[in-house]
Amino acid sequence: MLELIVISTLNGVLFGMLLFLLSSGLTIIFSMLGVLNFAHASFYMLGAFFGFQLTRWIGFWPALIIAPLLVGAIGMAVERYGLRNTHKHGHVAELLLTFGLAYIIEEIVQLIWGKGPMDYRVPAILDFPAFTIFSTNYPAYKMFMLLISVAIFIGLLVVLKRTRVGLIVQAALTHPHMVGHLGHNVGQVFMLVFGVGTALAAIAGVIAGPALVTQSDMAMLLGPILFVVVVVGGLGSLSGAFIASLLIGLVQTFAVSMNGSLASLFGPLDPSIGPSLLTDVWNVTIAQIAPIIPYLLLVLILIVRPMGLMGTRET
Amino acid sequence: MSEPVTASAPRTTRADALRFYGLWIAGATLLLVLPLVFSSGGSLTTFSLIGISIIFALSYNILLGQTGLLSFGHAVYYGIGGFLAIHGMNAIAGHEWPIPLPFVPLIGGLAGLIFSIILGWVSTERAGTVFAMISLGVGELVASSALILRSFFGGEAGVTANRTDLPAFFGLTFGPQIQIYYLIAAWVLISTIAMYALTRTPLGRVCNAVRDNPERVQFIGYNPHVVRYLAFCFAGFFAGIAGALAAINFEIANSAYLGLVQSGVVLFATFIGGVAYFFGPILGAIFVTYLQLGLTDLTAVWQLYFGIIFIGMVMFAPGGLAGLIMMHRPLARGGTLHMLLPAYLIAAVPTLALAGGVILVIETVSRYIVHADASTMVNLFGIPFDTSQPVTWVIALVLTVGGFFVARMTWRGIAAAWDRAATAARDKGHLA
Repeated sequence: MLELIVISTLNGVLFGMLLFLLSSGLTIIFSMLGVLNFAHASFYMLGAFFGFQLTRWIGFWPALIIAPLLVGAIGMAVERYGLRNTHKHGHVAELLLTFGLAYIIEEIVQLIWGKGPMDYRVPAILDFPAFTIFSTNYPAYKMFMLLISVAIFIGLLVVLKRTRVGLIVQAALTHPHMVGHLGHNVGQVFMLVFGVGTALAAIAGVIAGPALVTQSDMAMLLGPILFVVVVVGGLGSLSGAFIASLLIGLVQTFAVSMNGSLASLFGPLDPSIGPSLLTDVWNVTIAQIAPIIPYLLLVLILIVRPMGLMGTRET
Repeated sequence: MSEPVTASAPRTTRADALRFYGLWIAGATLLLVLPLVFSSGGSLTTFSLIGISIIFALSYNILLGQTGLLSFGHAVYYGIGGFLAIHGMNAIAGHEWPIPLPFVPLIGGLAGLIFSIILGWVSTERAGTVFAMISLGVGELVASSALILRSFFGGEAGVTANRTDLPAFFGLTFGPQIQIYYLIAAWVLISTIAMYALTRTPLGRVCNAVRDNPERVQFIGYNPHVVRYLAFCFAGFFAGIAGALAAINFEIANSAYLGLVQSGVVLFATFIGGVAYFFGPILGAIFVTYLQLGLTDLTAVWQLYFGIIFIGMVMFAPGGLAGLIMMHRPLARGGTLHMLLPAYLIAAVPTLALAGGVILVIETVSRYIVHADASTMVNLFGIPFDTSQPVTWVIALVLTVGGFFVARMTWRGIAAAWDRAATAARDKGHLA
């Protein structure tokens, strides 16, 4: 039991940090441009596939740098030539643009790499057990992932809170017009932020690719959870995104490793009842409902606290 | 989005009334004679699918176009309608209740209504991005739950029913597709009239007001939340009808009915058709369904073309097909439409070249690079291309890049011609 708790906590924190790499970019982009980037998970997927392809060609370490740069460049192009032109048609049109983009990216990835999972392996230098807790070997690669995401988290915090660029970004979050009046090129700041946000997602993709499955449906699987994270944390709140990422990472990881059901708790139902909705609910295990827990949490949060955990604004 | 749904003055003259009812009678007649003209099995199936998708898209537009609610989970109510219809059909056949098939869509509609009554209040608390996210979350919640609650949703296989087991309706057994077509056509007509009537009610108008300026609506004394909720319930009801018709048509309901993909397709159809006009989603449903069925035969990557068309629409024609058509109305009334024709014809050439180039690039990648086993021949506008030949690659690149730059120039020509035509029409007093 203790073993389960320790391992699940480690895995949960790891998953949470990965989620935060994505949700931080999503949150900053949302607060700044007012657009919830539907394609954010698609950039994560692009990162994973670029990482996979570049690892084949030039190795993992260069790929870790180059893939996010490439994806960041694509993201900047999307902001410059797509979103900026759509802005005049309103937020719904912008949201729809990113929705269409998510659709196209998935199709292009399928076109080039096919629908099956990629053979994206952990680099040999990190392919050893880091330590052993109670008979379970914990892979070094996961520790590496954790390290990278924590490092980026700290870096992001420092840049936002301690540098001049961060100051401008923070100001542009709430008062874009005022920042523009002060002589800063807000358009360029937006483009940069979009690029950095998508690049962060791509880093998450490159490092998560070998550990999770690199497949063309990975954006579709992660995307909705990402929205749950930013809505639960509070739209536009970075600290909220951080808490919600960890929360959902932990909840999902723990749920997957639990096998309890109402039947195991209270004993099986009378077999004379036969198959019905009740028996379905009675027999379902916590592991089976793990995929829907984030959405349940979302609905609950929206009923109890509509602005999210740390959110300050209503929309 | 900001363009209002056509709000015309009360119809007074007889000619106006005649034109209004004539349009509906023409629509009904069209539905009636279509299968007589195109009587093959394939076209009957196509028409049936288009009919279902028309109801679904119109129901979606109650949300998106009329109330300004962007939903990513509308398929939930479609799917629930489908499942309840299947279970209803099985129950009717099992208990030998005297309910014939034409009334089954009502079961689906009521199921959609009940579910939107339950889920709608939380969902519609706020509009905008929050509503979009909640609809997505609720959609995923229901779609994932469907795989867990196996006894009701039938797991991955779904649930089936046999529509011919139901009592006959005036001698109709609803076995053959032609009878199903007429059943769907009748429901399309009923639902379309009902949904059109809804836009004319005070509720419909308040929905428009909530879309445009919720704060002001609140000052007048309406609660925008209640208005959104009511619109949501109506949309759920008609989506349920569409889902039930789909279930009757296929005699099966599975979890794909509820999923994000289905929600995405109806969003595409509605938006491509145009949300600002009532008839927009009808156009979109016809176009998208036809494209879906037609492109799947031609290419393996039809969804990619689909996405490109959608993005193109969002960026360059956010009014959709209906918006594009209605743009020309004042010019047509002013009799200056012919001034645009040369510019359109000139622009058509490089634009088609650009489209051809893009198609060639995609097909080359798809057929030559990725699926080496497939046939490498592409037939474009009647000209065969071999995607394994470097000549084709060069042609594709030249068409794409050259087409783009030349097309962009000719588009400016269209804009100039448009200005001239609009000015001329305005001089004649036909443009506000």
